Amino acid sequence: MSSQNVLYDVPGPKAKIRNMILTVVFAIVLLAVAYFIYSGFDKKGQWAGALWKPFVEGSTWTQFLLPGLLNTLKAAGLSIVIALPIGALLGIGRMSEHRWVRIPAGAIVEFFRAIPVLLLMVFAASLYAYYTDIDSDIRPLFAAVTGLVLYNGSVLAEVFRAGIASLPRGQAEASSALGLRKTQTMVNVLLPQAVTLMLPALVSQLVVILKDTALAGQLTIGYDELIRGSGPITGNFGNTIPTLIVVAIIYIVLNLLLTTLASYLERKLSRRKKAPRGAKPLGDAPDPIALAAGSDAATGRAV
Amino acid sequence: MNTVFDFLNNPDYHLVDSFWMTIKLTFFSAIGALIWGTVLAGMRVSPVPIMRGFGTAYVNIFRNTPLTVIILFTSLGLSSTLGIHLASADSPTSLADNSFRLAILGFIAYTATFVCESIRSGINTVPVGQAEAARALGLTFFQVLRIVVLPQAFRSVIAPLANVLIALLKNTTVAAVIGVAEASLLMSTMVENESDSLFLVFILFAAIFVALVLPLGLLMGWVAKKVEVKR
Repeated sequence: MSSQNVLYDVPGPKAKIRNMILTVVFAIVLLAVAYFIYSGFDKKGQWAGALWKPFVEGSTWTQFLLPGLLNTLKAAGLSIVIALPIGALLGIGRMSEHRWVRIPAGAIVEFFRAIPVLLLMVFAASLYAYYTDIDSDIRPLFAAVTGLVLYNGSVLAEVFRAGIASLPRGQAEASSALGLRKTQTMVNVLLPQAVTLMLPALVSQLVVILKDTALAGQLTIGYDELIRGSGPITGNFGNTIPTLIVVAIIYIVLNLLLTTLASYLERKLSRRKKAPRGAKPLGDAPDPIALAAGSDAATGRAV
Repeated sequence: MNTVFDFLNNPDYHLVDSFWMTIKLTFFSAIGALIWGTVLAGMRVSPVPIMRGFGTAYVNIFRNTPLTVIILFTSLGLSSTLGIHLASADSPTSLADNSFRLAILGFIAYTATFVCESIRSGINTVPVGQAEAARALGLTFFQVLRIVVLPQAFRSVIAPLANVLIALLKNTTVAAVIGVAEASLLMSTMVENESDSLFLVFILFAAIFVALVLPLGLLMGWVAKKVEVKR
């Protein structure tokens, strides 16, 4: 069903009145909920200017929020950069013709996809604390990145696998007909095409990673990311709710930017795929949008 | 008899209880998220503009907020500040019950956005003719959705919904940040106290999660095949 309005007729006079009534009722319910929250916070004085004032002062940003944000971005950036090659290796390994490569790669991917990131981070934090002499300042970052890399590496492995599997068979056949070896086929022919197709899915995964960095400040991990880094503001000014709201807005803006980028890439790729007018379709070339949806489903991680 | 798993004999470690808590969190959140997500999807395709706007805004806001922030907000915002208590203050387990229910509320608010998007993509897979025929019969928007479109849409999105469910199961570990006694809270206590058995602790918890997730995935895959609409 492509356009949404196939679900209902163009409203006539009766339907217009009904829609108007629904609009009013719904607006009243929304306003009631909004007022309940507003007045509840107001009673506790959460809207008082003094609690919000720290956020218009530069020092709050330079001392707490920006360093926290920087740490969040650092963990997310390191994770994606390390997880990409690991994901590529595991994904390609899973498609290998040798059983002794395929089975271990598959086991690793399935194992780490099934475990919550929080558990991986908690484990990594203790592991580094007891068994390595990594400096305790940097240990939380190591723990956070380890957890994120293990999980997202295996998720990206599935994205890579779906991307490569969706390429037309003729690509691999043609390159082996030219006499390229399997490694050459993979590196020179299949991977470049698959990576382009996967770009939207990769950016969406970045959103997931960014949201998961929020876990790194909790429990025994103790990484000073945005939420934990904003703790001192709450301590100094007693403004739990305003701080939480500001932090949430920062996350939402960042993730909306990434989501917009992902859908821009998707649109651009689908335009590029279109055949020139009059050309016959070449058969089973995949639709990149369907691919992105498919690999998203393949990640097992919508969240 | 001494085995390497002796540390589990500590009476403070309620391993079974904590995983039962994880399962309960998943179960109630899944039901709530399915209902709320379906309502949101209905709003997003409805003829009333304000509902469409609300649905879109809700999904964009909640999907892009880290679950940790949402769960913290249910505890600090709803409970501590707004004074919403979801358990009677007299009962001896009032505090634990309250954070358990708040966590479920948070999971529903977050997971429903993914359920909504899955169902919306399912609605797109239903052929246009189905809705057109339904409208030609004189069904109202609500009837078209309830009788004709949604049943078919649901059957085609079992697989994506299964992924959402599995993600939810893993996400319930976040409830530990407001002190719900589920698996990850127990594990973080255990790795602190049992540093000798660190690897065993991790393998144990990881194995139980794998044992929960893999059969769930297989089961849902089977269901998806079973109810698939043949076109």
